[in-house]
Amino acid sequence: MSDSTRSPAGTPFPVTTLPSLPELFRAFVIVSISGFGGALPWARRMIVDQKHWMTADEFNEAFALSQFLPGPNVVNFSVVFGSRFGGAPGAAVALAGLMGPPLIIVTVLAFLYARFGDVEMLSRILTGIAAAATGLLIAVVAKMAAPLFLKRWDWAPLIAIAAFIGVAIMQWPLPWVFAGLAPVSIALAWMKR
Amino acid sequence: MNDNPLLSLFGYFALLSLFAVGGANAAIPEMHRIAVEVMQWMTERQFADSFAIAQISPGPNIIIVTLIGYHVAGLAGAAVATAAMCGPTCLLAFLVARTWDRFKEARWRIAIQSGLVPVSLGLIAASAFVLARSADHNIYAAIITGTTALVGFATRINPLWIFAVGGLMGLSGWL
Repeated sequence: MSDSTRSPAGTPFPVTTLPSLPELFRAFVIVSISGFGGALPWARRMIVDQKHWMTADEFNEAFALSQFLPGPNVVNFSVVFGSRFGGAPGAAVALAGLMGPPLIIVTVLAFLYARFGDVEMLSRILTGIAAAATGLLIAVVAKMAAPLFLKRWDWAPLIAIAAFIGVAIMQWPLPWVFAGLAPVSIALAWMKR
Repeated sequence: MNDNPLLSLFGYFALLSLFAVGGANAAIPEMHRIAVEVMQWMTERQFADSFAIAQISPGPNIIIVTLIGYHVAGLAGAAVATAAMCGPTCLLAFLVARTWDRFKEARWRIAIQSGLVPVSLGLIAASAFVLARSADHNIYAAIITGTTALVGFATRINPLWIFAVGGLMGLSGWL
């Protein structure tokens, strides 16, 4: 945080304000309810561009940590960010802000689905949405795969293909596939450097 | 796992949360394997519907576990599944956040991170495959999936528009 408390020449706004717990909560509530199709861009907009609680570099670093950890990235990010500014209470407040509103909304939807899921019209609409959402996920895969598969081939695409075959075709349990592939992949990354 | 659905939900999702490298999308095949095949909590159709509902809901996509939990055991199931999926990794995030500065430049840290990239890519590709099998049960649904894949890859359109079009196509009775 060395350069963030000053105002370096390139940064129009100095990062001097620290969020209070209610501010932290409100910020993550807004991030969560704006975040259709991924909350990350909204988190960045809120934290870096609007509130100036972090510089872009600090944000990237905190997000790198969130990606490094298993589990949902944005959820991890709320804990990392909250704990940096408010310790354990900060982490709890940010997490509650991020998960609270979606949990309420989705619980209502789950109730409605349990009640009306068999209604022909609703089930048709959901079928269409599921087909479209699957297409979007394929697009995400293609975007992720492009840098890995288009440059000089090394071990990485083979690991990705092996993970795909193990989970999608063989339908092996994820922990097994992970235990078999992750150590190999990490060792190869270690040796490559 | 055992007869109490809440314990099963907790056990499966807590374990899964620790292997979900790449977030919610990487965890879909394992959720499907457990919920549809091993435990037979839901049908293919219900699983695809849950995915659709999670996608059109605001907030993190991991919220699909809340829907699965609710389906299995009502409100208690929703709470337990969500806590199991988020609890272990949040605790880990909290603990690691304090020591991150010490090892963020470490060679092993960089090796782990770049080594996990292809693994999570393979898992997310498997998610797309599993979902396509659940959702695309006829040629028209497959055409919608293919078209949105192209549109999603080539443009940066807001996903809500794509979901709206998909929903309308479904409503029209083609699928």
